[in-house]
Amino acid sequence: MIERREGWEGNDRANEGERDLFPQLKPGVEILDAKTKDKLCFLDKVRPLHKYYPQWYAARQSIRLDPKGKSLKDEDVLQHLPVGTTATFYFRDLGAQISWVTVFLTEYGGPLLLYLMFYFRVPFIYAPKYDFTTSKHWVVHLACMCHSFHYLKRLLETLFVHRFSHGTMPLRNIFKNCTYYWGFAAWMAYYINHPLYTPPTIYGEQQVRIALIIFLFCQVGNFSIHIALRNLRPPGSKTRKIPYPTKNPFTWIFLLVSCPNYTYELGSWFGFTLMTQCLPVAFFTAVGFIQMTVWAKGKHRSYLKEFRDYPPLRSPILPFVL
Amino acid sequence: MASMEEDGSVEEKDNNNKKRTKSAIAVAWLTFYNIAMTAGWLVLAMAMMRFYLQKATHKGLYKSIARILKFFQTVALVEVGHCAIGIVRTSVIVTGVQVCSRIFMVWFITNSIKQIQNEESVILFLVVWTLTEITRYSFYTFNLLNHLPYFIKWARYNMFIIMYPLGVAGELLTIYAALPFVRKTGMLSMRLPNKYNISFDYYYFLIIVMLSYIPLFPQLFFHMLRQRRKVLLGEIIVEKDE
Repeated sequence: MIERREGWEGNDRANEGERDLFPQLKPGVEILDAKTKDKLCFLDKVRPLHKYYPQWYAARQSIRLDPKGKSLKDEDVLQHLPVGTTATFYFRDLGAQISWVTVFLTEYGGPLLLYLMFYFRVPFIYAPKYDFTTSKHWVVHLACMCHSFHYLKRLLETLFVHRFSHGTMPLRNIFKNCTYYWGFAAWMAYYINHPLYTPPTIYGEQQVRIALIIFLFCQVGNFSIHIALRNLRPPGSKTRKIPYPTKNPFTWIFLLVSCPNYTYELGSWFGFTLMTQCLPVAFFTAVGFIQMTVWAKGKHRSYLKEFRDYPPLRSPILPFVL
Repeated sequence: MASMEEDGSVEEKDNNNKKRTKSAIAVAWLTFYNIAMTAGWLVLAMAMMRFYLQKATHKGLYKSIARILKFFQTVALVEVGHCAIGIVRTSVIVTGVQVCSRIFMVWFITNSIKQIQNEESVILFLVVWTLTEITRYSFYTFNLLNHLPYFIKWARYNMFIIMYPLGVAGELLTIYAALPFVRKTGMLSMRLPNKYNISFDYYYFLIIVMLSYIPLFPQLFFHMLRQRRKVLLGEIIVEKDE
């Protein structure tokens, strides 16, 4: 991030390589370690931090004005920061990083493939006499289609729809996230595709039909929200705006909720739970609901902080309730 | 890991340094609670000693103290509440895991599986728990009264070095001894087909619980070692980035 010098007076000459910019004043940028306050380097010539410490590539750098403060953003310009002739910044290593896109593709690809392995009853999962057989219940086929559609949709959205604020996240997240998604997918898929699976008994076929409608409705809703959020932000920019309802009726929920993508997601999994009448699916829905509520509340709070005119009627995730 | 203690005390010390004043009611309640728990575990210790001195055997000892144990160990659930409402500055999750693992041992192992109640390993972890809890609760009590004798602080931060491994051994051996009975009776287990489309095998669950000690015990043990260095030896330890 130190590499970007837009707006700084010496910029014209800065890009020509190593030159003293103001030899009489000796200004520069000193970088201290945020924990130990050791001086890591002093940049009076234009040399990015990672030329001194090659293992700390840009995505791992957290540069801040105060050791305990927030990180400066990539877009921050040195000239506009409250620093003197010699600017002191504090550096923190964020650890090995991995791109968001990579994480999303891995964590969603797993469930897609794992579920199908259980659906087709690949050997070593169930008793050998069931290998490569198919379930006799039509709801099992339906569930497979819904589950696969859901994760396929997520993969495609990751590739073509979402615009990520951050390029990377800490590497350890991929292990945590994959354990969660893959673990739950395998747990659910094991029971739904089990030879001894019991289709919904409470309301039978009616229950499955209603569940399917709820599921599909929420899938379309979720997709509509993702498109609406994408359209808020022109390509390449990182501007932040309040989302509002559009012509698409599925986005009218923005009137009541800050994070309707989570609302619809909850609805989809609720539908899937109803469809399969499978307790592991109910657990997955519950855990997801808790996590998404935490995220929604955080997002709602940051909307309120950032925008004075934020619509007061909105709740984080459930209209009027939560 | 039921014999592990949470490290609420160090955070309470930092607490005092940060001059965050607890309300008088909170201090009064906590003092009462910790005195009561110290007393309870002392009673348990004396009942165990009396039984052993009179009968010269450990067979039947668990049965004789089961009621007191269940009462005082279950009451410890309120400590989760203390953390949740903030009058004790420890993470709710750490305390929750701690108390739940104790509840699990008491209610789902020794209470439910009568055949293992006379195992030596049960006596082992009972002794460890008793000594640990008496030390811990008296530590909290004296801390709240601002008159902490050094020997209690010493005990709290040194005894664990022996107590933890012994306690873990007692618990693991007890669970291991219970396995055949769990398998035979199929207790707490659910099989397919059923209308919830879920199955649960308590036998394999117990095996997983035993395996989970492998990653968890070192973490908790080394955490206490770090706390010991900070509190007893005054070392300044710069925590690694999370």
